[in-house]
Amino acid sequence: MNTAIASRYTAEYQTIAPALPGQNLPWLQELRNDALKKFSEQGFPSPREEEWRYTNVSGIEKKLFSPSKSLTAGDIDAEWLKSYQLQDAWVVVLVNGHFSAELSVLDGLPKGVSVMSMADALTTQPDTLERYLGLAANQAEHSFIAFNTAWFTDGLFVHVSAKQVLDRPIQLLHIVTGVDAMATTRNVIVADEMSEARVIETFVGLTNAYVTAAVTEVFVEQNADLTLYKMQSESDKAYHFGGSYIKQARDARFIHHNFAFGGLMARSDIHVDLDHASECELNGLYLGIKRQHIDNHTRINHLKPYAISRELYKGVLDDRARGVFQGRVIVAVDAQKTDSQMNNRNLLLSDDAEADTKPQLEIYADDVKCGHGVTVGQLDEKSIFYLQSRCVDEETARNMLTFAFANEMVDKIKIKGLHDMVLEQVLARFPQEGVNKEWL
Amino acid sequence: MLSIKDLTVNVNDKQILKGINLEIKAGEIHAIMGPNGSGKSTLSHVLSGKSGYTVTGGTATYQGKDLLEMAPEIRAREGVFLAFQYPVEIPGVSNVYLLKAALNSMRKHHGQPEVDAMDFLTLVKEKVRLLEMDEKFLYRAVNEGFSGGEKKRNEILQMAILEPKLCIMDETDSGLDIDALKIVAEGVNSLRSPERSFVMVTHYQRLLDYIKPDFVHVLAHGRIVKSGGPELALELEEKGYSWVEDNQAAA
Repeated sequence: MNTAIASRYTAEYQTIAPALPGQNLPWLQELRNDALKKFSEQGFPSPREEEWRYTNVSGIEKKLFSPSKSLTAGDIDAEWLKSYQLQDAWVVVLVNGHFSAELSVLDGLPKGVSVMSMADALTTQPDTLERYLGLAANQAEHSFIAFNTAWFTDGLFVHVSAKQVLDRPIQLLHIVTGVDAMATTRNVIVADEMSEARVIETFVGLTNAYVTAAVTEVFVEQNADLTLYKMQSESDKAYHFGGSYIKQARDARFIHHNFAFGGLMARSDIHVDLDHASECELNGLYLGIKRQHIDNHTRINHLKPYAISRELYKGVLDDRARGVFQGRVIVAVDAQKTDSQMNNRNLLLSDDAEADTKPQLEIYADDVKCGHGVTVGQLDEKSIFYLQSRCVDEETARNMLTFAFANEMVDKIKIKGLHDMVLEQVLARFPQEGVNKEWL
Repeated sequence: MLSIKDLTVNVNDKQILKGINLEIKAGEIHAIMGPNGSGKSTLSHVLSGKSGYTVTGGTATYQGKDLLEMAPEIRAREGVFLAFQYPVEIPGVSNVYLLKAALNSMRKHHGQPEVDAMDFLTLVKEKVRLLEMDEKFLYRAVNEGFSGGEKKRNEILQMAILEPKLCIMDETDSGLDIDALKIVAEGVNSLRSPERSFVMVTHYQRLLDYIKPDFVHVLAHGRIVKSGGPELALELEEKGYSWVEDNQAAA
């Protein structure tokens, strides 16, 4: 705990607060004040906390990252933007934590579907937000949630009404351009009964040092089907702290794909609460090079009977990179007939790379099927020989297998534009001599 | 095609092959039969260049070249094909990608240009039809989730595309039901030619009902103890391996 830095942020808060959205909403003011108080007491998380023991965030305490007060998008290179913006999608662009109407694409939304900035949503439908904001992400969980609640400047709001099936995905394009900037954003996604939607969160930035502190709250109502993709490709000097907190109602289905590529230090938290007979699938791929530190924390709460969870996280770590996977599955006492499987596989490409993996099963019910598996290792020699026996030289075989290890997760992406974008990111990160893109 | 002389091989300082002599001419099919632990798999692995085996003596000359000096991929590009007993699953690499990588590596080795994308697809689809495979297999990850029969058929597909000169079939019949065995055998038979030789390594005679060998060799305790024509396989089936092993002990 470092309260010194916390008090610096707190002192600055008073000058920022009047510009934050939702000033006229007493419930939000109360929520923010409560969060501010919590953060002031706790500061940023310390490695002494069990959930943060592998990830020391003290790097961000060396200087004061300032929330951007600017409401303009600033200068964004159009070509650069295009490489991250999906075609055939509704796109909400946030620059330095603020909504850019000119860069966003929101025309042609079906009736009953809201896709807008959080600030706009707090103005136009505050009552809806009161029912959701802060209900999936628990401030007591860790102080980044409290920080986010107090400081958030904007975000994405999605509400898909009952039985709506969206044919186009919704993309949140989160861009940070400011030097030593802090982008604190809050997103709320609601999929009503029997609706179907796909949402993509894309976090990118220029080459600067900056902090992204994002919280996404997701509500998948009864029998709804939501797929959430997250790709963070932050600058190599950036810090990324992003949490996704999901509540699934009865029979709801949720799939999460988490691609963690960028950042000097990147941490993602994915927490899912499962109701009766709901299903979730968590997929993750993290690629670490140089001195990157990439941490993924998942928690699946089986609260009621008959729910199914599937989880596969894969990491490829080269140079001096460090990957952390901490996955918890908690099966409550009345969550009988739970079916849960969690796997984490790591590939170490250098002697100096490190993988810390900690799967945890906490089972309080007695009639369940739960499994987990973990591997940390090098490429499989049998596979290398198999490829050699098919004319491929050893180095190319190694590159192919490394790529294949990661590509298994990329192949799960069902949106062509996103698939290609993520593939580019993977290919850019490792020596791919012998991996022929045209053949894929 | 292949000439093996006095080949001795150790695994972890234990001698497994104790002086193998074998002459294989172009177009011939040789069956190497033997009980478990006789050194059958060691022989096929050593010929294809798998690591973990130490050649302590003897030679293996393939088309006038020292086979044992070549890296595994060079042997493959020179036309030696090992059909695996347990083909490896490679999630994330599609079948069609591997076929293209393999064929182009081989063509490059022989100074030929990369295969044209359209020509390649035509070639692959033709071979797929021949082996009664579903085209969808091409776009699935290599061997991932394939049944035993599908995996073996996939090996034959690779063989059909690469058109090797020497095919080493390691326990091809293991894990196959009779229908799958027939399809695999038909695939192999369709690839028979006066320029192509086969070494079939097998424990059981039943594969040889469908792929008729020219010569049968019995391997026991690291040596070829008996050689003959196809009738030897039948005799062996009838009398069991103890027959040749006992003979050897008596000699």
